[in-house]
Amino acid sequence: MDLYEYQAKDLFAAHGVPVLPGDVASTPEEAHAIAQRLGQTVVIKAQVKTGGRGKAGGVKLADDADGAKEKAEAILGLDIKGHITRKVLVTVASDIAEEYYFSFLLDRANRTFLAMASAEGGMEIEQLAVERPDALAKVPVDAIKGVDLDTARDIATQAKIPAEVLEQAAEVIVKLWETFVSEDATLVEVNPLVRDPQDKVIALDGKVTLDENASFRQPGHAELVDKEAEDPLEAAAKAKDLNYVKLDGQVGIIGNGAGLVMSTLDVVAYAGEKHKGVKPANFLDIGGGASAEVMANGLHIILNDPDVKSVFVNVFGGITACDAVANGIVAALQILGDEATKPLVVRLDGNNVDEGRRILAEANHPLVTVVDTMDNAADKAAELAAAGV
Amino acid sequence: MAIFLTENSKVIVQGITGSEGTKHTARMLKSGTNVVGGVNPRKAGTKVEIEGQSLPVFATVAEAIAETGADVSVIFVPPKFAKDAVLEAIDAEIGLAVVITEGIPVHDSAYFWAHAVATGHKTRIIGPNCPGLISPGKSNAGIIPADITGPGKIGLVSKSGTLTYQMMYELRDIGFSSAVGIGGDPIIGTTHIDALAAFEADPETELIVMIGEIGGDAEERAAAYIKENVTKPVVGYVAGFTAPEGKTMGHAGAIVSGSAGTAQAKKEALEAAGVKVGKTPSETAALARELFTARG
Repeated sequence: MDLYEYQAKDLFAAHGVPVLPGDVASTPEEAHAIAQRLGQTVVIKAQVKTGGRGKAGGVKLADDADGAKEKAEAILGLDIKGHITRKVLVTVASDIAEEYYFSFLLDRANRTFLAMASAEGGMEIEQLAVERPDALAKVPVDAIKGVDLDTARDIATQAKIPAEVLEQAAEVIVKLWETFVSEDATLVEVNPLVRDPQDKVIALDGKVTLDENASFRQPGHAELVDKEAEDPLEAAAKAKDLNYVKLDGQVGIIGNGAGLVMSTLDVVAYAGEKHKGVKPANFLDIGGGASAEVMANGLHIILNDPDVKSVFVNVFGGITACDAVANGIVAALQILGDEATKPLVVRLDGNNVDEGRRILAEANHPLVTVVDTMDNAADKAAELAAAGV
Repeated sequence: MAIFLTENSKVIVQGITGSEGTKHTARMLKSGTNVVGGVNPRKAGTKVEIEGQSLPVFATVAEAIAETGADVSVIFVPPKFAKDAVLEAIDAEIGLAVVITEGIPVHDSAYFWAHAVATGHKTRIIGPNCPGLISPGKSNAGIIPADITGPGKIGLVSKSGTLTYQMMYELRDIGFSSAVGIGGDPIIGTTHIDALAAFEADPETELIVMIGEIGGDAEERAAAYIKENVTKPVVGYVAGFTAPEGKTMGHAGAIVSGSAGTAQAKKEALEAAGVKVGKTPSETAALARELFTARG
């Protein structure tokens, strides 16, 4: 889960990383009140989970509370790369002497963590990595040893952080590591990490990604979910413990296993090239146990997507038996009754497939077409969706 | 021969008394795996009856090894306790630890991997979040259905469980030396490259099928490895061409970040290394069959 800047900074502050005072506002009036309380020049920053806010007009300075209100009014509602701005961060404007870059992240290739740091911050890190690779220090971090002050000094030195603020930067790095570990983050990024004219090192921005697998030991993280910004279908799926991602196509997809479902989306997209360019409407992995209830929940979500014109149920019975899946489909259609209005293409293979197909044939539901192979079934589902658009 | 798991493997199950552990121990036994016991400190000294066999439950992996000569552990313990279970397996220096558990925090996986590195890699780790591996007709460590196909000359390595099953099914007439599900987490113990190296060295394997998916750059690195080191024919498949940027697609590791980790980049890297890549699982199987038939 990616956090907003203000949430990231809240976590930073809780772990002793220096940040500037400020607060988050959902209305221009709230922005006014925060600016008044801060009593100095403030920055109004759009809270969106994407980069390039500045260029899109999502970051503005204001001299006083009235100015803050006016700027917040302009930024709230702004569409930044498809992200609608619902909140702004109102924070003290800082004088900046130098800008640095710092992050801790997962190094998948080396199966460990990595610190990336540079004395040349401010610009996009991808750009820095390409244009000035020597300026970006990449230091592997041992997951057991972690980052103590000595390691932090070493990282800061490799990043060519100036000697006058090296010790300060090292202390901030240790606190960022504490944030990374104790919050179960997979990314902690500060760009820019600034040196102010008084030689203080401050996190001026913050980007944090949290590991959802750790939610059993991070009870506080549930509160960081932005329910307002969630897709309603994704939220409904989550409430039913379904692994669902909304996409923008017309063929609803249900399958078992993440890899098979991803593959199903691709196969449907290829098949769609021959059928008016229809595309998959979603990712939905119902996992191992395809009970009637899970199948009904899945179908319910997908049939509530107004873009969906046909549904493709693609199951390989490994541990799950195909007869159980077939019974699940039949029972789900009974549960849904009149709600089920869109054609269903079903492909079953594997464990007990003959019995599964027999059950579907016997039920002979008018909406259900059974197709033998994944490729042919995808073609049929795309054809049916194309007929509905 | 086969890779990592043979007819001589002696398997224990960590978490044997849990519902998943018991269910899959039964399936492993049924497919002829030599399961010699299990581990659960709270039930040490007791026996569990599974599939008509009476299996001893030990307090620790070390004790299980000492008593039975086990060299493989399959781990079914819940995410909360998985880190300690894997650390225990590593400390007992068991040859192979297969971590089936899904949902382990990545900081825990990074930690047990660092411990494996620090102690000299005495334990091969497969997973986490994987279906395990099967050497058909010999042994089955994990949850891969044993009845899809039998022994043969194809080696399969895959990040995905169900795509493993699908591919085994598509090529069931040829059969497999071993099929290894390496798992869909961002940090995994055994990589595509490790499996490719083992298949290259395995005299029984004559063709390799490699299945990847979006996220990270494991497939790109595997492509570079194949180019330099693999002489056997390799056929590839990559899932996730239609996955949007920034969304996790089921597997914790399956995410396109910016322009990194896309299926297209992985496909291109594999093709540049001479690997034939199918557009669909069925097309991939057809390519494999063609190459297998044409081999000298």
